[in-house]
Amino acid sequence: MINTLLIANRGEIACRIMRTAREMGITTVAVHSDIDRQAQHVLQADIAIGLGGAKPADSYLLVDKILAAAHASGAQAIHPGYGFLSENAGFARACEEQGLIFVGPPASAIDAMGSKSAAKALMEKAGVPLVPGYHGDEQDLQTFVTAAERIGYPVLLKATAGGGGKGMKVVEREVDMAEALASAQREAQSSFGDARMLVEKYVLQPRHVEIQVFADQHGNAVYLNERDCSIQRRHQKVVEEAPAPGLSPELRKAMGDAAVKAAQAIGYVGAGTVEFLLDARGEFFFMEMNTRLQVEHPVTEAITGQDLVAWQLRVAQGEKLPLTQEQVPLKGHAIEVRLYAEDTDNDFLPASGTLQLYREPPAGEGRRVDSGVTEGDVVSPFYDPMIAKLIAWGETREEARLSLLAMLRETVVVGVQTNLKFLTRILAHPAFAQAELDTGFIPRHTEKLLPAPEALDEQFWRTAAKAWLLAMPGASSVAPGSGAAQTSPWTDLTSWRAGLPAQSRLHLRCGELDQPFPAVDVTGCSYCPTTQTLLITEGQQTRLHHVLISHGALYLQWRDSWHRIDRFDPIAEVNHSHQHAGGLQAPMNGSVVRVMVEPGQQVEAGAVLLVLEAMKMEHSIRAAEAGTVKAIFCAEGELIAEGTLLVEMEEAQ
Amino acid sequence: MSILNSQINRNTPEYAINCSAMQALVSDLHRLLAHVVEGGGTKAQERHLSRGKLLPRQRIDALLDPGSPFLEIGQLTAHDVYGEEVPAAGLITGIGRVEGIECMIVANDATVKGGSYYPLTVKKHLRAQTIAQQNRLPCIYLVDSGGANLPRQDEVFPDREHFGRIFFNQANMSAQGIPQIAVVMGSCTAGGAYVPAMADEAIMVRNQATIFLAGPPLVKAATGEVVSAEDLGGADVHCKTSGVADHYAENDEHALALARRCVANLNWRKQGELNCRVPISPRYANEELYGIIPADAKQPFDVREVIARLVDDSQFDEFKALYGTTLVCGFAHLHGHPVAILANNGILFAESAQKGAHFIELACQRGIPLLFLQNITGFMVGQKYEAGGIAKHGAKLVTAVACAQVPKFTVIIGGSFGAGNYGMCGRAYDPRFLWMWPNARISVMGGEQAAGVLVQVKHEQAERTGETFSVEQEQALRKPILDQYERQGHPYYSSARLWDDGVIDPAQTRDILGLAISAALNAPILPTRFGVFRM
Repeated sequence: MINTLLIANRGEIACRIMRTAREMGITTVAVHSDIDRQAQHVLQADIAIGLGGAKPADSYLLVDKILAAAHASGAQAIHPGYGFLSENAGFARACEEQGLIFVGPPASAIDAMGSKSAAKALMEKAGVPLVPGYHGDEQDLQTFVTAAERIGYPVLLKATAGGGGKGMKVVEREVDMAEALASAQREAQSSFGDARMLVEKYVLQPRHVEIQVFADQHGNAVYLNERDCSIQRRHQKVVEEAPAPGLSPELRKAMGDAAVKAAQAIGYVGAGTVEFLLDARGEFFFMEMNTRLQVEHPVTEAITGQDLVAWQLRVAQGEKLPLTQEQVPLKGHAIEVRLYAEDTDNDFLPASGTLQLYREPPAGEGRRVDSGVTEGDVVSPFYDPMIAKLIAWGETREEARLSLLAMLRETVVVGVQTNLKFLTRILAHPAFAQAELDTGFIPRHTEKLLPAPEALDEQFWRTAAKAWLLAMPGASSVAPGSGAAQTSPWTDLTSWRAGLPAQSRLHLRCGELDQPFPAVDVTGCSYCPTTQTLLITEGQQTRLHHVLISHGALYLQWRDSWHRIDRFDPIAEVNHSHQHAGGLQAPMNGSVVRVMVEPGQQVEAGAVLLVLEAMKMEHSIRAAEAGTVKAIFCAEGELIAEGTLLVEMEEAQ
Repeated sequence: MSILNSQINRNTPEYAINCSAMQALVSDLHRLLAHVVEGGGTKAQERHLSRGKLLPRQRIDALLDPGSPFLEIGQLTAHDVYGEEVPAAGLITGIGRVEGIECMIVANDATVKGGSYYPLTVKKHLRAQTIAQQNRLPCIYLVDSGGANLPRQDEVFPDREHFGRIFFNQANMSAQGIPQIAVVMGSCTAGGAYVPAMADEAIMVRNQATIFLAGPPLVKAATGEVVSAEDLGGADVHCKTSGVADHYAENDEHALALARRCVANLNWRKQGELNCRVPISPRYANEELYGIIPADAKQPFDVREVIARLVDDSQFDEFKALYGTTLVCGFAHLHGHPVAILANNGILFAESAQKGAHFIELACQRGIPLLFLQNITGFMVGQKYEAGGIAKHGAKLVTAVACAQVPKFTVIIGGSFGAGNYGMCGRAYDPRFLWMWPNARISVMGGEQAAGVLVQVKHEQAERTGETFSVEQEQALRKPILDQYERQGHPYYSSARLWDDGVIDPAQTRDILGLAISAALNAPILPTRFGVFRM
């Protein structure tokens, strides 16, 4: 019996596993890196144990420390979540050796699926359909050229040890093979330390359809229907749904049976996913098997009504599968989106920062949010940038889609860039509504999905100013003393003027942008603090805007994204510009002790440029910003007067 | 609870006539004010802006807390006085909130005659300071002025209530702990240089502000020294060398932000204590006041209809409702503040005067602000009344009004004539603020009465000398007097000369009073000691 479970993971998946564990009466143990000390998964756990470090290699990948933590906390089992050590056979083996239950498949099964080419050979033997390809050890160009010819172009080069799109190349013509192979090998070498490649037929308009399988220790195995994960960006899943639209029961059964066969072929135990490519003609090919709980497992839970983590824990304790294949339900439709901290306008670079504002959509029937963060948390650059998963269930796909769209619109993230708008546009796209799904969806609709960012127009600033005036509590604070302080007309009569239209001018700032003194009149506008909505009337039209106030800052939803609005601070602005220039002038009379730089030299922000001595003290003159030293106007030993320009800098572009 | 039950029927022709008459007056006021806020006009404003300066009203907006009301004082000062346009006398004054504190703001408008001080500019500056002093409002001076208007130096410089009084007030207010902050955003020459120099804290804008006792031309004339304005008295000189100013600003906006910081560091407390309630709007629309005030000033109206549209929840606890009925007295709340209201409902008799004096005693005992709604042709005259001692009874009221130390507020909603003005807290009785409605009239007596008196005198003269005094002669005599009284009794005439603090839209009366009462609470409410009441 497991009564204490260590979760060797972080973020939403750690929280999600703990939720089920708690429901099963199991004590939960979190491990964490130094920077995750206040993370949600730590705060939600019964016991938390620090691993030190920040980078995964210094924390969540430290097998010995995690095992020691399990022993120290009295845990009988370790759930690895996904990522990190979840598909590390060595870790699974180490658990076994130390008498701990690894909530996952046996190490041998992980090994079997770990190498893509070995896995494919195994599957071929078990009679699971494969994409025609070459998975051999010979790695010379001629072998690949020959293989590609046999398979037929276009072909896909993949790293044998790879995943996540690294070391993958589509080759359209034979002439491109040499260069593509070399490049893919280089990438594979640098990403995985292993340059070996395989080549496969590049399936046209393929859909990514995967089967959730489950096996117990008693030889039982079932499939829990499929998921369609065709909406991908560079092989990263973005939207997942279940069931796969348009999949016939016959095809479902054929794929399910093949997946179960694949699991049984390697003596699989626990939750696994067999990924297939489904082509336009309904043929499917085995891609790979993931020997862990998948990120997208909630959609399967939604349509089957099962708790897959509970299943995992039961199986790990040696129980039999709770359902037979015939008993597995398929009810309604579920869609999941992954909310990532990433800069969609900048090639989806992972973003980091503080979640100044973070509001999840409210709970409701058929709505689910799995997340591991809360407002004020820092999204660090060290880990996967996924913040949360939003899952909606409905009787039909359209119902689920509309519900998920509503959830997306209710989600607020400010402080860290996210793909929220991108997700909204995918869900709202007519092609998605029509279920025109294949892995080319995002590239095909890029223009619609990633439009050029809109500038903030005058109307934005006017609305922002109105929001500021009406919603900010004590836009003016109140002097104490008078009993009237709380109800003073000085607070209530917004922008009131004697005999003149009510009007205020506000200099606001939004990020790097500011708008000096838009004149606004809030007549006919109102703010409701309970619903946090602003009603703005201009002419005959009244519009509702959503506003949030957090930690003294105002946030306004404008055309589907949230903006933080601050009052422009002229003092801070001047101080900042002074720091620019001021640092390079002598702050007082003195003598130059040392000159640390030469003209033309590039320096970092804060680098010491020269040292002055004055009043028996040394003063360092530092670069305010990174840049190049343009000229030096003093020499060592020279006496200089206050205000003398010492160094001229050129800011780095 | 005593809720005032309005008897007004909005569907009568009188109501419609009254409405349109008042609407016309209010529209005219709004038109005039819209012109006043344009200051020296588009050209002067463009020139001002091209120097990187903000316009005075923009400066005030940037200085105030976002969304703060601005209770402007003397918007019509100097209107139609000098034979040339000097909008707002080139000086914008008013109360607004800075860092949550109600401050008196005095801003020169350099687009109006270079911001120079006309006699009424001086009077307005002093009026603003008086309000600040009486109500303990921190003062912020936004200085951008060429100084005294030299051709009118005799009306500006020498007397007690002239230019020098500005600095006298600054020194004495500072001594009383009322902060004086100067933001120099333009020139500030000669006498004007004492505004920042006498301030508790002074801010200067670089390359824009100058402070000197004598400008470059005068220096050259006096000593032959040739020096630029900036080198003579710029922000660099005064913030780095002379120490005349304390804070160095890069531009107007920066300077105003620094001024806000000065206020933020005042450790300010409002000292006036009142038991306030959550404000409730009146039960009747304020615009209905337009329909209540008769278009014909000779028609009476029930002043309770006005009170019902000013006070919280239209709730009014009347005092001595059955006695001295021509003066309505009672307690109410206005924007949450308790107020004691005296409102004319006809001519003042001995009973009403005594009742008023009694009521003022109550208000002063309890520390409740007094509100006077003035619509008074005077005390009753005639043998019977003189014999009844109307003079001594009137004197009781005047004594009570004069001595009352609680904050007093006066709104002239109709006529303000003769001794009625005194008994109902006219300008001479130091109400904290005094406003006029656009239909109001103010003079020592009504034009008709004045003409009547003069005609009577002429008749008597004619009789003594045996001459005849024809109807034509009588008309010729009456006409200019009626015209003069109409012109000089007009609220614009009054406001232009700062006999009041502004002509206001009746519909804004409640808000104006609320703001004013709240601002007045910056000063403590002092106990009253009355003079001898003649019994």
